[in-house]
Amino acid sequence: MKRIAFRNARLIDPASGLDVKGGLLVENGRIADVGPRLFNDAEPGDPEVIDCRGLVLAPGLIDCRVFTGEPGAEHRESLESASAAAAAGGVTSIIVMPNTDPVIDEPSLVDFLLRRAAATAKVRVLPCAALTKGLAGETMTEIGLLQEAGAVAFTDGDRSVANARVLRRALSYAATFNALVIAHAEDPELVKGASVTEGEFATRLGLPAAPAIAEAMMVERDIRLMELTGARVHFGQISTRDSLDVIAAAKARGLPVTCGVAAHHLTLNELDVGAYYTFRKVRPPLRSEADRAAMMEGVASGVIDVIVSSHEPQGADTKRQPFATAAAGTVGLETLLPAALSLVHDGRASLSHVLGAMTAAPARIFGLGSGTLAKGAPADLVLLDEDEPFVVDAEKLHSRARNTAFEGRKFQGRAQKTFVGGACVFDALAK
Amino acid sequence: MTSANAAPILKSKHLLGISGLSPTDITALLDLAETYVVQGRAVDKKTALLKGRTLINLFFESSTRTQSSFELAGKRLGADVMNMSVKTSSVSKGETLIDTASTLNAMRPDILVVRHQDAGAAELLSRKLDCSVINAGDGAHEHPTQALLDALTIRRHRGSFEGLVVAICGDVLHSRVARSNLLLLSMMGARVRLVAPRTLLPAQAERFGVEVHTDMKSGLAGADIVMMLRLQVERMAGAFVPSTREYFRFYGLDREKLSVAKPGALVMHPGPMNRGVEIASDIADDALVSLIAEQVEMGVAIRMAILDALSRGMT
Repeated sequence: MKRIAFRNARLIDPASGLDVKGGLLVENGRIADVGPRLFNDAEPGDPEVIDCRGLVLAPGLIDCRVFTGEPGAEHRESLESASAAAAAGGVTSIIVMPNTDPVIDEPSLVDFLLRRAAATAKVRVLPCAALTKGLAGETMTEIGLLQEAGAVAFTDGDRSVANARVLRRALSYAATFNALVIAHAEDPELVKGASVTEGEFATRLGLPAAPAIAEAMMVERDIRLMELTGARVHFGQISTRDSLDVIAAAKARGLPVTCGVAAHHLTLNELDVGAYYTFRKVRPPLRSEADRAAMMEGVASGVIDVIVSSHEPQGADTKRQPFATAAAGTVGLETLLPAALSLVHDGRASLSHVLGAMTAAPARIFGLGSGTLAKGAPADLVLLDEDEPFVVDAEKLHSRARNTAFEGRKFQGRAQKTFVGGACVFDALAK
Repeated sequence: MTSANAAPILKSKHLLGISGLSPTDITALLDLAETYVVQGRAVDKKTALLKGRTLINLFFESSTRTQSSFELAGKRLGADVMNMSVKTSSVSKGETLIDTASTLNAMRPDILVVRHQDAGAAELLSRKLDCSVINAGDGAHEHPTQALLDALTIRRHRGSFEGLVVAICGDVLHSRVARSNLLLLSMMGARVRLVAPRTLLPAQAERFGVEVHTDMKSGLAGADIVMMLRLQVERMAGAFVPSTREYFRFYGLDREKLSVAKPGALVMHPGPMNRGVEIASDIADDALVSLIAEQVEMGVAIRMAILDALSRGMT
């Protein structure tokens, strides 16, 4: 029986509200005991002992919006390289989007992903399946069979289902299986060809732009359809105050809607595009400072449930282009935690609250047994130093793709050690 | 005298936009261009100022006017000029802009003139190449040499820019000419108005310190200069305006609309014109009000001045 004892830790478990100095015992990959008095007097005889030196021991993070290049674009990112990046970022579970080549819209492809992950990945890989076949927005996928194969949610990833009739039926059918649907809110026609948010800065740069309301319009529509069909809908990421207000109102009406925000929409605004900096081209595009501030507020108030990386690897071929033709996306698995911690350092939210948005909340939304320090839960853990200052250096990322929107950015706080099922998958000191 | 040891005019080795220039830079370029107007009107139009230098015109969008203007400017200064257009390049074979530029860079040009359909293309190239880069139009961003030639034309007729009312009319949304012109003219003290239907005005245009009009009569009232913009054919039918005849009725420049401008007001157009769409032929061809032909002449002079200025300090 393999045992590991963590001593002298600040234990934070957002699921239970625990925030106390103490110890944690892992047995056979699961949490066997946890509490303030554990190991106080004497060290237990047999287990491996890890002295946490007062650092925070929390549930490993669950990143619920990750794009990889496997299958189809492994030169950008494989499950293996994405999992190495995740481990280095304190992320122990990644929920991967079906926007691959081929699209994950067949039970056999879900099975393929799970097998590849088991063979190559250091962290848990939880696949989403497409909501419509080929992400074409026309025909629903085999939601029941895909769910049986192991799909945790259904989504067209970074595409909105434009046709309301198709979406209505897909939502109704998903509700039959109590399946979670992840929506992407951008009116496809309104944002066609646009690469930034409409406004003074876009006008100055002469870039094709779309109005920010393209998002809230779709959030409104999808919430109406959700109400009509009884489906569970999660908005993968929102980025504007208008969307936040619409979701807050829906939650107030008692609808089971949830939403996420990307780390870059919490920390960057439209002006960060600067002189056509393509690594900061993302979808939805960076917004105004007022919208960025609203996202911080949304996380603090809890209207925004989860913080995600929206990790999207791109290569030199797709990023070294003029801004309008460059691909959107930033890698983010290794900067998710540091970027999210800026809420704590700005005094906007407690450490437990911010960690909750990457542990307890995603576990609750996706129905996972992880994301907690409770006895019996999988020993997916992160040991983190919330204060360690560092500068983001793309060359040091573990991700195969280096397209980070945060190059040169100063952050405070990051993962020191990461454990999945009790096994150490990252150790900052082991370099 | 070689240009390498003449007094420098610009701080940057590139000309990417008006937004990188100061009023002093602009005045110095216009003054220098005046000497090239004289040279261009002489019997012997050629000097050896840029002898041995290589200028490459890299045009991803076709533009007979701008490309030939740069070609002539380079040749009159004695440079070797090479024209590359997108149809003969590898871009259609999937090569990226950067790869194409790197290939050209290896041929060691001194100056690269680039026209591209995407905003920021010239900026991107300037960061990756060793030579000077001149932006000859990037998407809907900037077209600085057009604004400078327009300024030279205006200054020769009005003496200065202070207090001049300039109405820029038409497809402002997609126009790099409008952006560069409003930046330059505002900087030099002119009062700029933008006149267009709402579909052809960029978001928050009023934040640029200009007056925004949707009616030609109010936009042109008392104007010293009326600058018309080209309406691209693909934007005419239904997408941004319902039809060319409706556009001409409300936004095309004719005698009636021009009559509310200041007496003696002058008309400009960057070309090529759509007669009967944005401008009536009788105005375009009226030498008393139209500066359109003169703009072309000033285009060569200002480009010679820019090539001269950028080559100073080159080693």
